[in-house]
Amino acid sequence: MTFFFEVLIGGLLAGVMYSLVALGFVMIFKASGVFNFAQGALVLFAALTFVGFMEKGLPFWVAMAVTLAVMMGSAILIERFVLRPLVNQPPITLFMATIGLSFLLEGLGQGLWGSQVRALDIGIEDLPFDVLGMTFSKFDFFAAGCAALLVGALVLFFNKTRVGLALRAVADDHQAALAVGIPLQFVWAVVWAVAGLVALVAGLLWGSRLGVQFSLSLVALKALPVLILGGFTSIAGAIVGGLIIGASEKLAEVFIGPYFGGAIENWFPYMLALAFLLIRPQGLFGEKIIERV
Amino acid sequence: MSQGGAPLLVINNIEVIYDHVILVLKGVSLTVPEGGIVALLGANGAGKTTTLKAVSNLLRAERGEVTKGSIEYKGQRIDRLTPNDLVKLGVVQVMEGRHCFEHLTVEENLLTGAHTRKDGRAAVARDLEMVYGYFPRLKERRKSQAGYTSGGEQQMTAIGRALLAAPKMILLDEPSMGLAPQLVEEIFTIVDALNKKEKVSFLLAEQNTNVALRFADYGYILENGRVVLDGEAQALRENEDVKEFYLGLSSQGRKSFRDTKHYRRRKRWLA
Repeated sequence: MTFFFEVLIGGLLAGVMYSLVALGFVMIFKASGVFNFAQGALVLFAALTFVGFMEKGLPFWVAMAVTLAVMMGSAILIERFVLRPLVNQPPITLFMATIGLSFLLEGLGQGLWGSQVRALDIGIEDLPFDVLGMTFSKFDFFAAGCAALLVGALVLFFNKTRVGLALRAVADDHQAALAVGIPLQFVWAVVWAVAGLVALVAGLLWGSRLGVQFSLSLVALKALPVLILGGFTSIAGAIVGGLIIGASEKLAEVFIGPYFGGAIENWFPYMLALAFLLIRPQGLFGEKIIERV
Repeated sequence: MSQGGAPLLVINNIEVIYDHVILVLKGVSLTVPEGGIVALLGANGAGKTTTLKAVSNLLRAERGEVTKGSIEYKGQRIDRLTPNDLVKLGVVQVMEGRHCFEHLTVEENLLTGAHTRKDGRAAVARDLEMVYGYFPRLKERRKSQAGYTSGGEQQMTAIGRALLAAPKMILLDEPSMGLAPQLVEEIFTIVDALNKKEKVSFLLAEQNTNVALRFADYGYILENGRVVLDGEAQALRENEDVKEFYLGLSSQGRKSFRDTKHYRRRKRWLA
């Protein structure tokens, strides 16, 4: 039984890391209805930029602040040169634009900072430690703590501030938001900046786990089943979805895996997502389509 | 123009084209005086909504464009401004079909209207109370999700939301849509009160000619993207053509729709 809980909690903690990536998708999907294919590239770009500045000799917090500024700047540029010219185009056009954007960001990041694998040390050692006879990774706990802080801050931002209210309004109805004088361009820039912030946090945590390299942009693929499970429009959904995916893939690997010859961890989440699509396509917490009768 | 008050909004011979090909407005001119309620009447597709959206600059979001003519508010050209700039100037549109933010509560919906304001929380809170004063029903339902409120409550929310922008002028598009006659009466009475007490001018697009002409001071009738007739509301109500084609009355009094087929008065205007 101890072993079961060890696997379960380890999985939940890993799931938090998935949630972190999924959060970035949710931000942008909520506010603009665009599935942002470039979220993974943003994660990579943020991590590369951060490591690049660290190697230039900047101290940790300064590098963090500078990278954050770079992410905000990119958000504004993306809004100005990618989104604004494409206002009122069908969603598929915007989706294609984000695919293009992801290649641009990947190329730009690696062009500027080089493409070799780099270690990223954020000062938390990945040491095991024991609680009640179970062994966990210290780093995982740290990552979960960061994610919790980030989510808390986002929830406050969305629910308690004027800009947050405007973001939620835009997510509901673009036209009405325009009509009451909410500037869409500003809202989009803010949303992409927030997605950039989320990408930065995800990039740092994932980067220090996997090393900063091209494959970092592929963690975004793990966010897909999380989104399908949790719903594309819900922050809570991204969290819960991540936890379910993390826990179930680890449990499946350990307890069902042996029957299939192992390594089911890699495809199990997608199967789960597929099954979920059949039952509840809007996800666990996706916004219900309100229909008045 | 025999309307009281200085002209607040002047639309001068505008032409609107959607998608570079579809000509919708073919030269519409109208004036809204300060403190007036002006009705824009006409059937579906006559161009009422397009006219309002040309003023509020929501057209560009639908690939529409004002290609000729000018729109002036307080003597200033406004056709190149963004909707955001216009709201700051005090011109707000209440869109057809309510367009509430469904997943926000009624109160949050109202507060989004204050997004452009810079005069502080206290002023916004005061205006929120003012809106609740006019629409007590909204106060009862202020914590409900707007998507689950009734059509009338949504219309009130939409108007209240516009009021929180502290507007001088509201472009009100089809407030009667899908509402019971009693509610239509209630909403129009409140519009009238807002006009008298809060000094808000209205440009009102309506299909319900009867109600609109009772509450408006002046009316314009649009057909196929042109103004075919305009005049004091009172005069329009008594105009034979308006009676026949918009109010369903003839010289014999109210008549059944079955009979209208047999003889139709020839319109005096060319559309």
